[in-house]
Amino acid sequence: MANNAGTLDIRHLSKNYEVEGEPLEVLSDISLRIEPGEFVSIVGTSGCGKSTLLRLVVGLEEDYAGDVLLDGRRIVGTSLDRGILFQEHRLFPWLTVEDNIALGLLNAPMTEGQKRFAVRDHVALVGLNGFEKAWPHQLSGGMAQRVAIARALVNRPEILLLDEPFGALDAITRAHLQQELQRIWEAEGITTILVTHDVEEAVFLGDKVVVMAPRPGRIRRVVPVPLPHPRNRSSSAFAEVKGAVLAEFGGEGRVLEPLTVPPHAIQPISHETFA
Amino acid sequence: MSDIHSLPIASRRSGIHVPRAVRGWVVPAGLLLLWWAAFHFGWSTSSLLVSPAAVWQRAVRYAASGELLTALGASLWRNLAGFAIGAGAGLVFGAALAFSRLFERAVGPSFHTLKQISLFAWIPLISVWFGLGDAAKVAFLSLAAFFPVVLNTFEGIRSVPREFIEVARVLRFSRLQMLSRVVLPSASPSIFAGIHLALIYAWLATLGAEYLLVAGQGIGNTMIDGRERFEMDLVIFGVIVVGLVGFTLNWVATQFERRLLAWRGHSVAQF
Repeated sequence: MANNAGTLDIRHLSKNYEVEGEPLEVLSDISLRIEPGEFVSIVGTSGCGKSTLLRLVVGLEEDYAGDVLLDGRRIVGTSLDRGILFQEHRLFPWLTVEDNIALGLLNAPMTEGQKRFAVRDHVALVGLNGFEKAWPHQLSGGMAQRVAIARALVNRPEILLLDEPFGALDAITRAHLQQELQRIWEAEGITTILVTHDVEEAVFLGDKVVVMAPRPGRIRRVVPVPLPHPRNRSSSAFAEVKGAVLAEFGGEGRVLEPLTVPPHAIQPISHETFA
Repeated sequence: MSDIHSLPIASRRSGIHVPRAVRGWVVPAGLLLLWWAAFHFGWSTSSLLVSPAAVWQRAVRYAASGELLTALGASLWRNLAGFAIGAGAGLVFGAALAFSRLFERAVGPSFHTLKQISLFAWIPLISVWFGLGDAAKVAFLSLAAFFPVVLNTFEGIRSVPREFIEVARVLRFSRLQMLSRVVLPSASPSIFAGIHLALIYAWLATLGAEYLLVAGQGIGNTMIDGRERFEMDLVIFGVIVVGLVGFTLNWVATQFERRLLAWRGHSVAQF
């Protein structure tokens, strides 16, 4: 439960799934280093393995080749050091807002008083003062996602992972929450990895944008974002970086990579999903 | 939470505004009126048609003599005993099926076959094993309560969304925490539905048990006596009592559910 932001070191990470008896390479030789306090955006189309990458880092998936090191230690399974935010808010409907946030501290080595304080602190951080006793079904999508952010941050993880967190929200709420996320990140200074298919979101929030290519999932290019915070979506420098990222996806006359695996062979196994 | 169902717009259209609390009574009151009219105007000369007044008089006599209390008491205690045994066993069995794949594979097919057998087909076996008295009736009722609870408990536990389990894994929940804080609350709407059904089935089966396992006393036996002596007022009185008890049991169960499952909010219809 350290307040230190963690260093994430991914070395030659590869992951295969088995589809109809044949191994399907989902991630191929991913190597990435993320410095403490950095905000990294990962962009890619569906099927490029970006969600799988995130799930491997958080420990929900195991069985991979290569190394994933947090502060030099190999990760094994899940941990309170690594928090995650999903596309669905996944709040427990039978708990109020503050009880949902308190869940993050259930197994944290803190006293009851400290836990109460932390929960109150984080309710304020995500701007939901007054909604502590509300039920999830009473909240809008944006508010629910904010509670989920509070729940993920309340035990002060070393690294925060975001798996397309705003994909299910409308455009206005999305823009609002992107701004909130930026504010929170600047306040907390936590190492963050954001996975998204929204290039603008990636450039708005990230210190660097990792562009992934699909089938098999691999890093195509890392685009640095040397823009000052707070970011200005309408500046020409912003547009330039955005253009550089988009260029990797077939804009500016570049041709997209053809499919190398027939679509019908790409079936999620039981309940697993690819990007 | 206010209900938006009490807007009187529709009734304003029809011209007659019936207050919400009274609406449920309109049909029964109408039927009562029809019944009284049938007797009063002699629409039928059958000796089997009795007046509402006669039923009321019988009700008063029956209650005053204490027989109502004995009969109803006997039926009710058997009902509750059978329900408690059946529902309790059902919870354990359903949970075992849900948590243990081995148990499900071993016992599941037999269970699913047995549940298809009509409850009443068990009566001959039960009467051989337990006789015709209270024990047999309670056994029958337990069976009636058992099956819905097993099915709903199994379904509820198996349907816990994987998304919640993943959140619990990331937050390092122990096995016990996973069970008590994720699985149980998530399964509780299903489990309560099963228990509610069991309560209803048990009461329905109580009557059936008294008809088919005739030794002893209860409200069903009262109705049988009435029928044999052609005392239709007793029979109709019995029917009304049975209906009222069933209604009350259902109402109690609904109130329980509503209070404990208040967190579902408006995602589920409220009646």
